[in-house]
Amino acid sequence: MTTSLLFDEVQPLIDARAISVTYGLDTVLDHVSTTVCSGDFVGIVGPSGAGKTSLLRAMLGMVPVSHGSIVRRSDLRVGYVPQLETVDWNFPVTVRDVVLLAAHRSSPRPWVPAALRRRADDLLEQLGVPGVGDRHIRALSGGQQQRVFLARALFGSPDVLLLDEPTSGVDVKTRHEVLHLLGDLNSAGLAVVLTTHDLNGIAAHLPRLMCINRRLIGEGTPAQVLTPAVLEATYGAPMDVLDHMGVPMVVERVPLRIVS
Amino acid sequence: MTVGAVGDPMMRSAVAPFLASWAEPFAQGFFVRALIVAIVAGALCGLLSGFVTLRGMSYLGHGLSHSVFGGAAIATAIPIAASGGIAGALADQRLLLGAALWGLLTGVGIVVVSRRGLIGADTAIGVITTASFALGLVLKALNRRVERNIEGSLFGSILGVDRTDVVTVVLVTALAFAFVVLAYRPLLFLTFDPQVAGVSGVRVNVLDSALMLLLSLAVLATMKVLGVTLIAAMLVTPAAVARMMTDSFPRLLAFGAAVGAVGAGLGMYVSYFTDTPSGATIVLVESLAFLVAFTVAGTRRRRLAGMHAH
Repeated sequence: MTTSLLFDEVQPLIDARAISVTYGLDTVLDHVSTTVCSGDFVGIVGPSGAGKTSLLRAMLGMVPVSHGSIVRRSDLRVGYVPQLETVDWNFPVTVRDVVLLAAHRSSPRPWVPAALRRRADDLLEQLGVPGVGDRHIRALSGGQQQRVFLARALFGSPDVLLLDEPTSGVDVKTRHEVLHLLGDLNSAGLAVVLTTHDLNGIAAHLPRLMCINRRLIGEGTPAQVLTPAVLEATYGAPMDVLDHMGVPMVVERVPLRIVS
Repeated sequence: MTVGAVGDPMMRSAVAPFLASWAEPFAQGFFVRALIVAIVAGALCGLLSGFVTLRGMSYLGHGLSHSVFGGAAIATAIPIAASGGIAGALADQRLLLGAALWGLLTGVGIVVVSRRGLIGADTAIGVITTASFALGLVLKALNRRVERNIEGSLFGSILGVDRTDVVTVVLVTALAFAFVVLAYRPLLFLTFDPQVAGVSGVRVNVLDSALMLLLSLAVLATMKVLGVTLIAAMLVTPAAVARMMTDSFPRLLAFGAAVGAVGAGLGMYVSYFTDTPSGATIVLVESLAFLVAFTVAGTRRRRLAGMHAH
């Protein structure tokens, strides 16, 4: 009895068991195992082409795994925020239209019930972008655009939120705002998984990191995995780690100085 | 007395023949049928053009019309001697059925080949549909029955439009509009963000196939009036015009359908007087609308940019 209760508590939302992902002859992920549990806040880091996005997409079921398996909790609701670079910004669609895409099952017709419309507008307001519902998506700033897609992901009250590079191409202030927003959502009980290139601005502030380069190189707290050994194994370039007010700070060991 | 008042007998006698000539085409049964087909098919193609252009498949309209031509040729080449009953009815409509089936198969073929990722969708469309068109041309040369049946569908001819064509196009259009309204949001999701739509529970394959089928049916229904070589324009130009008028998806679909219907109706009407091919005239009218929209949109954008600068 007790054991089954305990089991229920630790049953992961997403369980990746030795998964490999291949595109043609290219193996982009090689036997990677990890779990995402309720309340987790995980950052996936690694160089370009390391398989960060593929791991996220495999968790979503967007790409098939060639080895191993992904087990999602049966009633799991997933919210996904794609990389903003993949969005067609010229598409004729308003902000509210984008958020309401999440309601495609409950409201497939062109007209929208007032309650759903209000929910979309409330979400936008909670995320700090009030009153932009009728604007075209191109008319917003990068940070605002990020929040619109976040609102779409949150519309179905997900258990876990997956974000692909949520802070690429935004300025420092927006990055802080997005990170705080995700921190608040996580504190409210939402599991969050994101990929990032930004070791010092994002990764170092998260409770748990995965360093991948096709294989899983290291997993743990920033203090555990942001070490010269793990980083060099992940990025293939020498790096040093300093301490900045208790937070690890990664600096590149530049092989030569370019002087003009 | 006001000069030129309508009640003026002299004016009336001058205006009457003028009016009569403008109204003249409407007295011709064949023209009225062709006009109805053109307007309804214009709305149908205009509606679908929104999906075609936004998915970056403008070339698909061109491809599909050519491939459907091949399907019609194959279907008419099959010697079926059934008469009466369901088999007879099927045999009578085999051009339509064969073309629809072939269009659907090509559409699915394009999706399958391009999903493999080795060649792009445009290349897949180019290879598959041109092969199909070539097959149609070869069959047409080899087989006299094929030649007789599909000659008109190459460039379109309004003289052959009969009541069945009118009913067909109205039914297909009603089906298309119902489909777009009933599955509006999943379709928008699929068009805007196909990958995320797939993992969000949108039945991507079902909707894709349904769109391909509707496109094939639209091509078929339009073939007689426009001809396979010109349908592509009707599946692209209306949405291109509408895109310059609005930033909203539902309005883009509505404007596209309106531009398609008005353009096709006007083109058909003008072609009666200019004695030019109806398909070509319709395409020219829609192209003119594009030119106007492009110029107006450019001016408006420059003016807006100027306002922001100050």
